[in-house]
Parts: sequence; structure tokens; C-alpha cells
Amino acid sequence: MKTRIIALAAATGLASAAAPALAQDFDAVLKARQGEMRIMAINLGILGAMARGNLEYNAEMAQAAADSLVAVSQINQRPLWREGSDNMSIDGTKALPMIWDDIAGFRADWEAFGKAAAAAAATVANGQEALGPALRGIGGTCQACHEAFREADS
Amino acid sequence: MRKLLTFVIALGVIAGAAGLWLTRPDRLPGTALAGVSAEAGRGEQLFWAGGCVSCHAAPGAEGEDKLILAGGMRLESPFGTFVSPNISSDPTHGIGAWSVDDLANAMLRGVSPEGAHYYPSFPYTSYARMSVQDIADLKAYLDTLPASDTPSAPHEMGFPFTIRRGIGLWKLLNLDPDWVMADPGDAVLERGRFLVEGPGHCSECHTPRDGFGGLDTANWMAGGPNPSGPGRIPSLLPDALTWSATDIAYYLESGFTPDFDSAGGHMASVVSNMEKLPAADREAIAAYIKALPVN
Repeated sequence: MKTRIIALAAATGLASAAAPALAQDFDAVLKARQGEMRIMAINLGILGAMARGNLEYNAEMAQAAADSLVAVSQINQRPLWREGSDNMSIDGTKALPMIWDDIAGFRADWEAFGKAAAAAAATVANGQEALGPALRGIGGTCQACHEAFREADS
Repeated sequence: MRKLLTFVIALGVIAGAAGLWLTRPDRLPGTALAGVSAEAGRGEQLFWAGGCVSCHAAPGAEGEDKLILAGGMRLESPFGTFVSPNISSDPTHGIGAWSVDDLANAMLRGVSPEGAHYYPSFPYTSYARMSVQDIADLKAYLDTLPASDTPSAPHEMGFPFTIRRGIGLWKLLNLDPDWVMADPGDAVLERGRFLVEGPGHCSECHTPRDGFGGLDTANWMAGGPNPSGPGRIPSLLPDALTWSATDIAYYLESGFTPDFDSAGGHMASVVSNMEKLPAADREAIAAYIKALPVN
């Protein structure tokens, strides 16, 4: 009887210790993923504000913003998208399990973002009118990836 | 006693007949198309406003391939899984052989050319607010799109939802082509109301549903559980959506929120349709959303 109680206690102890450890395991990758998306949003915001006339066009600022997007596209993504860090398995993420069902598609979408960012970096210093097409190019890649791999907005 | 029995049977027959009559597929009058001539250019605009591609393109299709309306998208619901059909111009597997009258009955009444009810996963409850002229224009455009010989897959429904006659009853309760927003008395808002409540079928996700899958119009655009999958669909009412009209129009054009997050899930697909509309149409939609009442 005593052994049984010990075994049960050990099992429950293990189970309760395992659950939070699992979420904690992904804490750093979630922060990194959401951080890189935030850096993208801030720099897209600068380009967008200038495109919409809410911020005066400045070629140097536009170039710095586009260069930052290129820099994000060059961050090694492999360690950031570890299996089991989807929205069905853990809290705090909108990453759909589909990412790991179609990892090739996911990588292709990220590469498409990199190409669009590079194209933007090559043109945004040419003048305010270059911003619209640059943003459309990048925005299309955001949408393509989010449509397939991110939970709907709520 | 015998008289009573006869009476009860007669009553039963009458009730049954009335039920059958009430739930019968209700087609448009034969004269509905008199004097209508179609214009494909206008139809193309309605095509993007209506978001046909979002459900009827083959899953995963990109670029020009999205115009091949082969169907096959799976839409999960509490009633079963709907599979979008082939509506390409193929005369056998698509709707290439349909008349304008056939498409009008499908979109405005939810009735197939064979006279059966469609499931309301096909949002005819919204499309019913379009005119016969709109349908004629749309058909003219659909006829210009490529054909696909992919056969349509059947829906995967459980009993009793396999009995399509029951949809007749559902339609009595839920198919009402009247506008939800009272006459706005303004041309821009009126255009926005047409796009949002009609072809855009925004309410099909942004308005919560009752236990029978009917839209709860008392909570128009108040958001609710995702009708197909996990998560919630956000409210568009002023207490929840605080973006300006220009922010909303820019979101529909670019997919970027005011803080430059980018639309996700099915809304990304909606944006990829809305970006093809004239700017004035996106502004009209934004104006309508800003005119929604506080709940």
C-alpha cells in the first residue's frame, strides 16, 4: 500500500512538474518570434506612415526601416520554430500546427518575405511614391504566411 | 368517433401539405430576368466584393490559379463538414452550363437548378440582398474564368442535417433579404451597406449565430465564436473596434492594422479580395462599419 502511495505521489509530482516545464521550455522562442514580428511591425509602420502621408518622407529613415526588415529576414528561423510550440499545444502563441505539417511551405513564405524586403530596400530611398509598391510587396507575403499558418485574429 | 378520426387525419394531411408547401424550394418568378443585360466588368467587381475565390479556389492555389474555381475547401461546422463545390466554367463539373436564372436562384434563394435547397454554408442569406442585375453581371464575368474538370466532393453531414427539406424551415426563419441597417440616407453609407450586408457577407462570421446556425441579428457584427474552427471572430462595433475610417480602409487595402500587424487566418484571404476593389468601395465599407450602433 505504502509503495503504491509513493508511486502515485511520484507520478502526480512528475505530471505537475512536467506541465509548467513544457510551457517554460518555449518561453524564449516565443519571445524571440514575437519580438522579431514586432520589429517588422515597427519598421513597416515607419514606411506605412510615410506612404499614407502621416509622417514626412525621409529617404534615410525609409532606408533604415527597409534595411531592418532585410536584417530580420536573415535571422536564422530554425531554432525559433520548434515542434510542439503551436497554439494547440501551448498558450501564448497563434502559431498553427499547420507550420509543422507543411514546413517547406512555411520556409518558402519566409523566404518570400526576405525577397520582398530586399526589393523594398532597393527602392524606398528613391522617393515617397516608391513606398506604396514596396509595402504592397511585403504585405502580400505577410498575408500569405498568416493566412495559412497563423490563427485568425480575435 | 369515426368522424373525429377522419377529421384528425384530414387535419394531419393539411398540416403535412402546408409544411411541404412552406418548406418547398422557392424559386424566383420566371419574369425576374426580363430586360436585364449583363456587363462582365461590373461582374468582376462583384466577384471580388463577394469573395468567391476565398472558398471556391482549390486549397493552396496562389496567383492566377486562384481564378480556377475548382472548389474543395473544407468548412467545418457543428452540423458537419461542408466541401465547397466546383463553380468554374466547366459545363459538366462546374456551372458553365447554368443560365443566369440558375445562378440567380442559387444566390438569391439558395435553390439549385435541380430544385433542391443549398446549405447556408453558401452565404445566400447575404447574397439575397443583391439584385438580379448584379447576378447577371457576375455570371458574365464567371463565364470568362477558366474551366476545371475536378468533380465536386459531397458534403460530410450527419443525420438529421442530411435532409435538405429541413433547410426550407431554416430559410423561413433566417432568409430575409431586407437590410439590417435602417436606410442610412447617404450615398456612401448606402454603398457600404450593400457591400457589407450583401456580397461582402461580413456578418456571416462577424455576427454570432443561434443554436440552429441562424444569425443573431440583435447582435449584428458583435463578433462571436469562429463558426468554422477554434478562436473567436472580433466585434466590429464601436466599443471594440476603435480604428478610424481611414485605418479600416487601409487595412482592407493592405492587410496592415494601425500598428502594422498583418491580417491572419481567413481575414487575410478577405483582404486579398478587398484590395482589388476601387478605393471608394473600401471607404464605403469603412464608413458603414463606423456607423454601426453601440451595442
